[in-house]
Amino acid sequence: MRYLLRRPILLSGLLITTFLFVVALLSLVWTPLPPTKMQIVSKLKPPLSVGLLGTDHFGRDIASMLMVGAWNSLSTSLLAVAIGATLGTLVGVFVAAVRGFTETLVMRGCDIIFAVPPILSAMMLGAFMGPGRFTAIIAIAVFMVPVFARVTLGAANQIWTRDYVTAAIGMGRNRAKITITHILPNISNQIIVQVTIQLGLAILTEAGLSFLGLGMPPPTPTWGRMLSDAQTYLGQAPWMALMPGMAIALAVLGLNMLGDGLRDLLDPRDQS
Amino acid sequence: MGSTFLRASTTLSRRAVLLAALAAGLGAGLHGTAEAAAKTTLTLGMSVEPPGLDPTVAAPVAVGQVTWQNVYEGLVTINEKGEIKPQLAESWTISDDGLTYTFKLKTGVTFHDGEVFDSTAAKFTLDRARGPESTNGQKRFFQAIDTAETPDATTLVLKLKARNSSLLYWLGWPASVMVAPKNAADAKTNPIGTGPFKFVSWTKGDRVELAANPNYWDKSVKVKLEKVVFRFVADAQAQAAALKSGDIDAIPEFAAPELIEDLKGDSKLATVIGNTELKVVAGMNSAKKPFDDKRVRQALMMAVDRKTLVEGAWSGFGTPIGSHYTPNDRGYVDLTGVHPYDPEKAKALLAEAGYGSGLTFTIKAPQMAYAQRSSQMLQAMFAEIGVTLNIETTEFPAKWVADVFKGSNYDMTIVAHAEPMDIDIYARDPYYFNYKNPAFNDVLKKVEETTDPAAQEKLYGDAQKILAEDVPALYLFVMPKLGVWNKNLTGLWEHEPIPSNVLTNVSWTQ
Repeated sequence: MRYLLRRPILLSGLLITTFLFVVALLSLVWTPLPPTKMQIVSKLKPPLSVGLLGTDHFGRDIASMLMVGAWNSLSTSLLAVAIGATLGTLVGVFVAAVRGFTETLVMRGCDIIFAVPPILSAMMLGAFMGPGRFTAIIAIAVFMVPVFARVTLGAANQIWTRDYVTAAIGMGRNRAKITITHILPNISNQIIVQVTIQLGLAILTEAGLSFLGLGMPPPTPTWGRMLSDAQTYLGQAPWMALMPGMAIALAVLGLNMLGDGLRDLLDPRDQS
Repeated sequence: MGSTFLRASTTLSRRAVLLAALAAGLGAGLHGTAEAAAKTTLTLGMSVEPPGLDPTVAAPVAVGQVTWQNVYEGLVTINEKGEIKPQLAESWTISDDGLTYTFKLKTGVTFHDGEVFDSTAAKFTLDRARGPESTNGQKRFFQAIDTAETPDATTLVLKLKARNSSLLYWLGWPASVMVAPKNAADAKTNPIGTGPFKFVSWTKGDRVELAANPNYWDKSVKVKLEKVVFRFVADAQAQAAALKSGDIDAIPEFAAPELIEDLKGDSKLATVIGNTELKVVAGMNSAKKPFDDKRVRQALMMAVDRKTLVEGAWSGFGTPIGSHYTPNDRGYVDLTGVHPYDPEKAKALLAEAGYGSGLTFTIKAPQMAYAQRSSQMLQAMFAEIGVTLNIETTEFPAKWVADVFKGSNYDMTIVAHAEPMDIDIYARDPYYFNYKNPAFNDVLKKVEETTDPAAQEKLYGDAQKILAEDVPALYLFVMPKLGVWNKNLTGLWEHEPIPSNVLTNVSWTQ
């Protein structure tokens, strides 16, 4: 605990992220009001007058929508990052074990995916498959694969040059076994840090996709669509934009701080 | 050449204003009658940019909203009250059997390029509009015409195949304006008509500029504006900002009702709420299960609380309707009571039709705010009677036209029908509703064969009642015209009996 207190970034990142996950999980069993319930008579009411955070243009409770939105946003991002991280890591360690021409080929492939802006290809994917949670997950995951492939390849290549790996090779262990027993455990720290940071990015992308109408269809509340609905009501009901905007900012900030904190914590060079 | 003239004239008027202001300032006590010269330019904002500028070859209403009555004129015209008035045809007679229309044309009318308007030009225009190659958005208007004859330069005789009581009204539409024969091929990008304004330039994606036509034929009209700029701004926030800053003087069809309250507070601006023909209806595919069952459609109609829907979707600006007809159309009957909001009865009716355990279908909703919000309201209201509505956003117009309008590949959709008196769409085959009712077609046929206005209005009433009973589409509301413009502007149309921006009588009071 004293250790955590000496690292304010890690601590606040951890607190914000935990808060988000608690709220998101809570929304599965309880919200102040049903998030899709329209009450036209109490539309555009400011925070605290109706509900904790006010109501939107259909008179829906913004606090409840944000809670459900948190779950939708986090679950979509987590799934996308999980898929991306798994595939990316597999590609990364495989290429590190094989090297040679395969490495060049895979890395250039990653470059190609990097060259296309994520939102653009997500839009193409959305036009092709129709918008929805599945599309959003796939679109985000596709971008996570090269990120993780690169990170793992770099880290794994370093481990492959270590003496104990050379020794294992000399003793006739096959490359698959070495990858599992030596490489993966030694690069897991970097992967965990990367997962945290990419999670923040995924939340941002998911919000962007929902904002453009490529996320989950209504009535499912999403932070991105709440923000997009708020645009023309900005003058009348600024809280409609402020609340989801703050939620997105908080989530991304929390995850980035957690990622930064974890990197410092897990960096072997810093273990003085 | 035209633009140089314009620039010179605006400098001149600016100088005149300055001089007048000086005079007023210096000599206020000496002669208190000094007046500043009124502005003679107008910048008008529209949400949608037209795809071309010839209203006789493309359907989008935005084309007519720039050119109709400004650049182009018709044989007859439609005034702000929706009445038919003579324009390029001075007068006309209709034979007793209703099959021969003889138009007496105005003399001394020339197109902006100097070409003379006569019966040959009129015949050319009508033949082009109804010809096999015509892409006119309202081609059916001219279907009744058998031949167009030109006995002399000022007489046009139309022979009809069958009686058609709407023909004269249709000839007043943007789709029926007179084009200059020599220019017809280029009219899409360089429109030349007979109107009070000449086309100057079109910067795609931004603006269309018009200038006053000094040789306008109708000397009884004094056009005060010298220069008109149509600017295309899709975003409602940007529209509001441009109005407040004075970049745009008028937006006759403001895009976001929720911003109107905000604009009302601006002392420079006038907000004018008028009538339109924009009927927001949620069409259903009657050829498809479960919409082939009238009871299902009726149940869905009864699940909708129209008043609440207008409040949520369009900030309360709008009038609920019970049929495909607006209160400003002649022969209107209020039929909102035929299937009033009654979720209990709706549930019972659904159960009777065999869908008591629930129903799931998809609405293809265009991206426009009114369609998206109405769909979400419908979704919530249908949920109350156990119906799950999935919302699928579809791009308007291209994808919507291909999928829904032409392909009939949909369950339910929602769109605002802009054309006045278009109740006959339910008699068309094919049309995207796939609604077929011989009794309804009969009534509309009788309308065309009747010349007595009172009898026609009664028939229109019958047609409305059939639709209200059958519910081929959910009749939701009529959108008002949310006009916002500078307080010193006069002469803009408050109501919109036909989609348009008529600028002939617009002027600045100071």
